[in-house]
Amino acid sequence: MTENNFEPRIIAFLCNWCTYTGADLAGTSRLQYPPNVRIIRLMCSGAVDPIYVLKADLAGADGILIGGCHPGDCHYQEGNYKARRRVVALKEILKDAGFDESRVWLRWISASEGTLFADTIREMTAAMKELGPNPLKEQWAV
Amino acid sequence: METIITVENGNTLAALQGFLKQLLEHGIVDAIVAPLRTPSGTVTPALVTRSELLNAADPLAPVLTGNSATLAGKLSVREPRARVGVVLRSCEIRALVELVKMQQASLDSLTLIALDCAGTYHVPVFQEMAQKGEALWQNLYKNAAEQPEQSDENLRAACKICEQPVYENAPIKIKLLGSDLNQEIHLELPDELGAQLEYSPATENGRQNVVEKIITARTTARDAAFTEIRARLEGEEGVAGVFAACIRCHNCMNVCPICYCKTCVFKSQVFDHEPMQFVEWAKQKGAYRLPSDTMLFHLTRLNHMGLSCVGCGMCTEVCPVELPVGMVFRAIGQRLQATFEYAPGRNIDEQLPLITFKADEWTEVGE
Ligand code: SF4
Ligand code: SF4
Ligand code: FES
Repeated sequence: MTENNFEPRIIAFLCNWCTYTGADLAGTSRLQYPPNVRIIRLMCSGAVDPIYVLKADLAGADGILIGGCHPGDCHYQEGNYKARRRVVALKEILKDAGFDESRVWLRWISASEGTLFADTIREMTAAMKELGPNPLKEQWAV
Repeated sequence: METIITVENGNTLAALQGFLKQLLEHGIVDAIVAPLRTPSGTVTPALVTRSELLNAADPLAPVLTGNSATLAGKLSVREPRARVGVVLRSCEIRALVELVKMQQASLDSLTLIALDCAGTYHVPVFQEMAQKGEALWQNLYKNAAEQPEQSDENLRAACKICEQPVYENAPIKIKLLGSDLNQEIHLELPDELGAQLEYSPATENGRQNVVEKIITARTTARDAAFTEIRARLEGEEGVAGVFAACIRCHNCMNVCPICYCKTCVFKSQVFDHEPMQFVEWAKQKGAYRLPSDTMLFHLTRLNHMGLSCVGCGMCTEVCPVELPVGMVFRAIGQRLQATFEYAPGRNIDEQLPLITFKADEWTEVGE
């Protein structure tokens, strides 16, 4: 089945202090996870402007992951809490505009949670396979 | 206090001008922002310091050439500033309250004069009707009071569905609804001001009842309009279809009272991509829409200001290809605002939802 051959592309916006380091740890610990993710490092999940996520989604990314420090652990105190509100707003807008908001994930993964990072990518890759390709990939007018 | 200005010889406008002049003449404010009639017969907001020029003031003209919250912001954002009285409609005050929260305006030096609104016309429609000498506001206020469910077809789409025609939380209110405007105008003033201007207290008129009827009728119209636009957004056409003709001229953003950023990313060179980059993208999708990033523009703007959209419809007013920008923003804005239990412009003390948070909310969104 073509569905099974479909390899989703996931764009991950990761906080430098936690999830990015967690991803690094997953790599140095040689944990296996699907190669479907492209990582973009930012200084905080609070630095992820919705425009980044939208650009990726409209360009046809199959999944978009935002990774930040666990609540209470943000290096800038409240960046992740504000990121969460922005993601809530973004998902509402995507839904209302007729897009699939379930392609956008927000996850808290610390610097020491390499395993959780690998698990999350595995889980997200499977979920996006299930969902199928982002239809926006084929829509030139978007 | 509630008070009445008597209208002489049926000249409502003169009575209203007289009140505004008093504010200047008694030194209550240093200047007044109000719509002024130009010699060519149209109307434009102006900052008036000489009281006889208020003989040209026409706050009753049912037209909104812009959301004057922006002007009020410019006149109050920094010290030193003069004490300015601003005659505004409900959507303008609500936008101004949002601008105050965004630190783009200050109420410290402004005296809000809230005008009951019965709706406004698209500028060219207004000019055409005015030239024919039609009794524009007279008909509007009369109809709004007598048959609110029968909206004037020529009103702007935003006004036909506006369920906030009055702003109650202003120090001075010009209560145009609920009275025979050929006889009298009801006002609400701070007690000290009323005493200083030697007004005597009056009992309230039937305004409340009229306002409620208008709100009911407009809410019904609003919900019908939302259903219609949502069906388009969620259906085959989609948001890209609705905005298919957009030329990304940014008019909608430029007139939006909420969009104040001076360094807006869409005005920067971020989207002046390398020539080959466009070709790369075209290869990915087979074709690439130009001008590029139109959907990105609208969806980003929704993310940045949708929570504060007051539904004034200025964006629709200026769209050269007549897209229902304001309707989309209001319909999506309504759901967004409901999610955060936020009503833009309602209360100066309510924080903008995206600059605050609670530690234990939406735990299912971030896991
Ligand atoms: S005013 Fe109309 S054409 Fe111009 S950017 Fe806005 S929606 Fe597009
Ligand atoms: S988006 Fe349109 S309707 Fe909303 S506040 Fe801005 S100009 Fe007014
Ligand atoms: S520093 Fe990691 S989310 Fe703010």
